[in-house]
Amino acid sequence: MTTRSRDRNRQTRSRDRKTAKKVRPPRQPMPTRPAEERINDFEEVTLGYDAELAQKEAQRCLHCTQHPCVDGCPVSVDIPAFIKLIAEGEFSAAAQKIKETNTLPAVCGRVCPQEEQCEAVCLMGKVDKPVAIGRLERFAADYEREHGEVKLPEVAPSTGKKVAVIGSGPAGITVTYELLQKGHQVTIYEALHELGGVLVYGIPEFRLPKRIVHEEIETVKKLGAEIKLNMLIGKTKTIDQLMDEEGFDAVFIGTGAGLPRFLGIPGENLNGVCSANEFLTRVNLMKAYKDEYATPIKVGKKVAVIGAGNVAMDAARSALRVGKGKSEVTIIYRRSREQMPAREEEIHHAEEEGVKFNLLTNPVRFIGDENGVVKEIECIKMELGEPDESGRRRPIPIEGSEHIVAADTVIVALGTMPREFIAQTTPDLKTSKWGTFEVDEETMETSKEGVFAGGDVVTGSATVIKAMGAGRTAATAIHEYLMEK
Amino acid sequence: MYKIVLKKKLAPQINRYSVEAPAVAESKKPGQFVVVRACEKSERVPLTIVDADPEAGTIDLIIQEAGYSTHELCDMEPGDALQDVLGPLGKPTDIEDYGTVACVGGGVGTAVLYPIVKGMKKEGNEVITIIGARTKELVILEEELKEYSDELIVTTDDGSYGIEGFGSTILQNMLEEGREIDFVVAIGPILMMKAVAEVTRPYEIKTIASLNSIMIDGTGMCGGCRVTVGGETKFACVDGPEFDAHLVDFDEQIARHQYYHDEECKLIEQVDEMEQENT
Repeated sequence: MTTRSRDRNRQTRSRDRKTAKKVRPPRQPMPTRPAEERINDFEEVTLGYDAELAQKEAQRCLHCTQHPCVDGCPVSVDIPAFIKLIAEGEFSAAAQKIKETNTLPAVCGRVCPQEEQCEAVCLMGKVDKPVAIGRLERFAADYEREHGEVKLPEVAPSTGKKVAVIGSGPAGITVTYELLQKGHQVTIYEALHELGGVLVYGIPEFRLPKRIVHEEIETVKKLGAEIKLNMLIGKTKTIDQLMDEEGFDAVFIGTGAGLPRFLGIPGENLNGVCSANEFLTRVNLMKAYKDEYATPIKVGKKVAVIGAGNVAMDAARSALRVGKGKSEVTIIYRRSREQMPAREEEIHHAEEEGVKFNLLTNPVRFIGDENGVVKEIECIKMELGEPDESGRRRPIPIEGSEHIVAADTVIVALGTMPREFIAQTTPDLKTSKWGTFEVDEETMETSKEGVFAGGDVVTGSATVIKAMGAGRTAATAIHEYLMEK
Repeated sequence: MYKIVLKKKLAPQINRYSVEAPAVAESKKPGQFVVVRACEKSERVPLTIVDADPEAGTIDLIIQEAGYSTHELCDMEPGDALQDVLGPLGKPTDIEDYGTVACVGGGVGTAVLYPIVKGMKKEGNEVITIIGARTKELVILEEELKEYSDELIVTTDDGSYGIEGFGSTILQNMLEEGREIDFVVAIGPILMMKAVAEVTRPYEIKTIASLNSIMIDGTGMCGGCRVTVGGETKFACVDGPEFDAHLVDFDEQIARHQYYHDEECKLIEQVDEMEQENT
């Protein structure tokens, strides 16, 4: 590059920057319910853009030629195109544009970590705050749904091929949606009594209303998916039975990572200590916070949540609400604030709602009362050493810093691992030492012919959108496999 | 929906149900359980599969009214349908030819014992069955168990039927008298299983207990059914429900069973009040 052209480039960029600042509106804030109001109920915390805010935000898109946002999206949503439609007031058309590659836009608009994906690479972010792509996605999807303008995609003529999809979380739903459109017959096997996987048992109502999950999932039913609830594959039926006896031509395993990790320290089986999975399942799937539902739930006066990921924030904020103002909730985390894996937005919301943070602290043992109920946690202070294999600085216990923290409810949120039902009953399926399935990353095909897998069951606990990305990859490969068969 | 095709009262507050659940009926093995939900707003409740008829596509469940949810289930009649039935869950019993097997059941645990007695007998074992109940009218499955047992002993706490006393004592007497027993299965109240484990421990007879832990999903997700076995944490739903009784921390299980006791009582009170208001 010549000096002159470099200078010219610099000038153009600086002009762009100026125009961007002058003409384009600032990033539109998300209307959010005040913390003191929202902690009294499980209604949604963020309210979403209205048409005016959405159009204003949409105008911020530079429509750059590189569109790095599309590459930043695990399901390659045509982001500039849908934003343009919003700017033009074609809101439902914008939603339909998103749905060309994303089955669950109202879900993803709410729970995707856009700040690490599309928004992280948004060119606008280099001169100002990035375009609020997630909020716009949510707006378009909500608008289309609320205005009854949801359009079903076209379905190709029947191929006569049958696919079994195991698990109805984000990965399974995506695979189903894609394969149905290509004319294949799909049966979903779900172990729980409701479709949605982690979207219904894990993520709380105040962050992702279940009504919205159900409505988005409804699409696969309308497209003709057969639904079998209360079917635990590996127990009720095996993969081999599905393929040999029930005549499925291919199988997709999207069973997630359901097995909760515990600390493995003394006193962990005391009453009052539970996994975040248990706590959140009681709240979300079993609706224990509603009087008319029979499942009980308990939170004490001092709730400690161990861990600092999104699930820990969900558990802490749910505990605050279940506690009805009588519970003090504290996150206990062994590293410092910068290393917390939760989304910044979730941490911020938790702080606003009064969740306390006890950082650089690690539990050593749980201490119970005479009835076998936890009353205290012995903790040790930590300091940060050199980065470990995860790239985060390794926490090191400070000798002699043991101290007691009062806690009558402890929720352990340290991540989850895949369960073993399918691996145990399908010997020709290869798994790693973490229990995840080994797959060809290009096709998501496992070591067993015709069996594909994707989502947390392959990666270990990750995000909704990564599972959906894997689902899309698998659906393409399954389609090719079926058509060649 | 899973239709109830048959209901039979076995004892006061203990009913036997046949429920349509063809996929479960086909794949179930002794020792396994299902998780059922009576209706939309109900809890998920784990129940042992007592028997199954794969041809009719039905499974049999025995339910004792113990709390709110079992009360709700016991109110259901043939023609009604359960909202959900998931299973078969848990690991099946290791049914082998051990030689002589003593099966000790207490209370409604006798229902859980039945498929194991049947399986053990069919495998060629000599089966001694000892069942206990609080009182005569709570003795269940006596006739059915007789069919598969070489010897059947009934005990009641109050002596109103059979021998007065506990199954663990009967077993102890047998061992003291020099009876050769190779394998013991104990299913019933936690204290009873603990007592049986203590009886067989000095004789080093392999003894298994079936735990009826609190759980939600029954598929390894919640971890509510945690149990310490030989110092290690296990999940009753996926690693059990049967464990080596000599290694189970029964005291921990007693505490864990009590955790939601107050909430359960409150719920029952609320329902009683509502029922009174309605009458």
